[in-house]
Amino acid sequence: MMMADSGSNEEVAVIVNTDITSTESENNLINTMVERGTALLRKMEINVAEAEKRTGKNTVNMQETYTVYLIEIRPAETVPEGGTPATPDTLWRRYSEFELLRTYLLVTYPYIIIPPLPEKRAEFVWHKLAADNLDPDFVERRRVGLENFLLRVASHPVLSNDKIFFLFLTEEKGWREAVLETGFQDKVDSRLKSLSAMFRVKNPDKRFTALKHYSDELNTVISQLLRVRVKVADRLYGVYKVHGNYGRVFSEWSAIEKEMGDGLQSAGHHMDTYAASIDDILEEEEHYADQLKEYLFYTDAVRSVCRKHELIQYELEIVAQDLVHKKQQKEELATGTVRIFSLKGMTSKLFGQESQEQRESRLAALEQSIQEGEETLKEKNTECHEFVQTAWEDIERFKEQKDKDLREALISYAIMQISMCKKGIQVWSNAKECFNKM
Amino acid sequence: MSVGTPRGLASSGQKPIAEILHPLSAAEEPLSVTVNLGGDKTTRVEFDLPEYCVWRRYQDFDWLRTKLEDSQPTHLIPPLPEKFVMKGVVDRFSEEFVETRMKALDKFLKRIADHPVLSFNPHLNAFLTAKDLNKRQGLALLTKVGESVKYVAGGYKLRARPAEFCAMGEYLDTFNQKLGTIDRIAQRILKEQSEYLTELREYGTVYSSWVGLEDELRRPLEGVAGCVTTCCGALEDLGENMSQDFLPVLREYVLYVESMKNVLRKRDQSQAEYEARLEAAILRKQEDRSPMPVEVEKCQDKVECFNADLKADWERWQSNKRQDFKQLLTGMADKNINHYEKCQAAWESLITLLQDKQTEDKTSETN
Repeated sequence: MMMADSGSNEEVAVIVNTDITSTESENNLINTMVERGTALLRKMEINVAEAEKRTGKNTVNMQETYTVYLIEIRPAETVPEGGTPATPDTLWRRYSEFELLRTYLLVTYPYIIIPPLPEKRAEFVWHKLAADNLDPDFVERRRVGLENFLLRVASHPVLSNDKIFFLFLTEEKGWREAVLETGFQDKVDSRLKSLSAMFRVKNPDKRFTALKHYSDELNTVISQLLRVRVKVADRLYGVYKVHGNYGRVFSEWSAIEKEMGDGLQSAGHHMDTYAASIDDILEEEEHYADQLKEYLFYTDAVRSVCRKHELIQYELEIVAQDLVHKKQQKEELATGTVRIFSLKGMTSKLFGQESQEQRESRLAALEQSIQEGEETLKEKNTECHEFVQTAWEDIERFKEQKDKDLREALISYAIMQISMCKKGIQVWSNAKECFNKM
Repeated sequence: MSVGTPRGLASSGQKPIAEILHPLSAAEEPLSVTVNLGGDKTTRVEFDLPEYCVWRRYQDFDWLRTKLEDSQPTHLIPPLPEKFVMKGVVDRFSEEFVETRMKALDKFLKRIADHPVLSFNPHLNAFLTAKDLNKRQGLALLTKVGESVKYVAGGYKLRARPAEFCAMGEYLDTFNQKLGTIDRIAQRILKEQSEYLTELREYGTVYSSWVGLEDELRRPLEGVAGCVTTCCGALEDLGENMSQDFLPVLREYVLYVESMKNVLRKRDQSQAEYEARLEAAILRKQEDRSPMPVEVEKCQDKVECFNADLKADWERWQSNKRQDFKQLLTGMADKNINHYEKCQAAWESLITLLQDKQTEDKTSETN
């Protein structure tokens, strides 16, 4: 893996020729994240190096097979020439632990767009082959996705400083307890409630409304794209494979020919090569699909942040409304006029006026309540303000990241297409040569 | 009856007949046949003028073929494109159909013009030069050469077919089979490509719809949508080429194989007839010592000539077949290469576009 040049401050590695492979292009992406230079990444290099199958008893005491992933941590200092690289610190984690980490981050940093995990089950799969969670290709792509997730978190200006994240990378055994000790589980329930609740916000920040709308649309369009891509892949597979039949018939035909025989036979072999080439081509395209999927899942995280803003804004509005209500009550009580219907007012009308003492004590209670309300309002206001500020900072960061990443993804897709065309030209040129010798 | 192999028009060092066919409009309208004999360089004396331009319908080609078959039964006559096309299935007036038919008819005439014997046939001459083909008069006056050989239908059983003709028959059967298979594969590929094209088009439109959501990504997404559209166009062209150029030639060879098989059958028949007559004559000779009848000797000559002509035609057919298929298959390879080249060019220009923008952004950032 190409390491970032510690001396340069330049941003993205520019692709200067199209002979670069899509893997190299992807490495550029990783380097971009590494170059962003958080304190954490200046200290360590993170890899998800391997995957292994394990069997064990689960929570209901049943045997299950699951996959564990090896996380490697190396110090980030460049190795002197001729020196051996330091042995990494390693630990094993399974997917459910990654999920736990992410849930913790979601709850602890509601104003941050938390990077998504690779999909739990294979979706948008062509040819229905790699739909099995234990399929080696799926496991491999998941390994890459998990590494990507860790690097995203590690390169985030806020998330990279989180203690629990650091422990996730360094403490194999004690990590689970540490997470649970933070008490984040309590917040999980309320978070879930807030995400699904229906409430009307009177004055949401317009930027968040627009962002939520954009995020929903992006989600729709990427889903569509992934769906159609699968259909395209399936069809292309069919086209290539049928050409393999030419291989067989040319071979049979060459048997009855004299001068034409050799040319036909060799051409047939090239047709077989052509038919076989589609497997690698489509496998490589899965990388592109994975890049799109990451951003598909990112839209959920964005939506989540927008919803959180709405919730805070809503709570603020409720507090403000409540305060207004109390102040009006106080005014009525003080001036003796009943403008708003209240049960107390009604009962006093029916059962006679209350005494002066009673009124004064009620007034005092209200005053108290109003003071508390004003404190709460101030707090809520601050909370709202801070949320908007910090969230919007992260959103701007995210927007830039998204534009860059997707642009790179499109470029690498174009490179893949070029490679496919070149292969096609090669094979057909070879076949043509054979035909010419007929 | 033809003896020996006079050199064909094309190979005699004289300027060949160049047939150029121009259709009028509808397929039922006559095609225009232009015969260019290369001015005064030609020494083909049976043609009075250096150039002829005549109108001919499909029926006329069919007439020519029948006449050739009748007058030269020992030779392989090239096939015509299918006579009957189902009205509902094929549009007989569509440009593609007319063009495909025209190419096939052009080939038919060229093959005859190339043939050392057939090219001298008076019916061909009439076909190429007469203003009006008065078929009812039968052109019997022009028929000097070739007494019509009555084709004896069925009747005689063949004793022993010479090995080389057996081999020809077997070859033709297998070859026919392979042609059928190739045809089926080609059609299957066309179908798969057409379905792929449908999905690819939708794929392009999704990218286009994404454009509206974005700012920075607008250009790259538009670019990708554009490339996909270009690839769709290239694929469409490929499919059209294959169905217009590749499949018809393949099918025509199936007809060619049929014609060849017919000639082999006729040869078998003439051999069978000879054997039967010979046997009858031998029996009679044994009875009353009459000399060998002339007819039997004539039959023997006939068979020997037939065999010789057939062998010569077979060699020529094999050689033409080799050329034709070489051309056909290299053509197929070329079309596929062409398709990929178009696609590659589109994607490469997109990368250049995007990379220019990248360096553009970088310089504006550092400024």
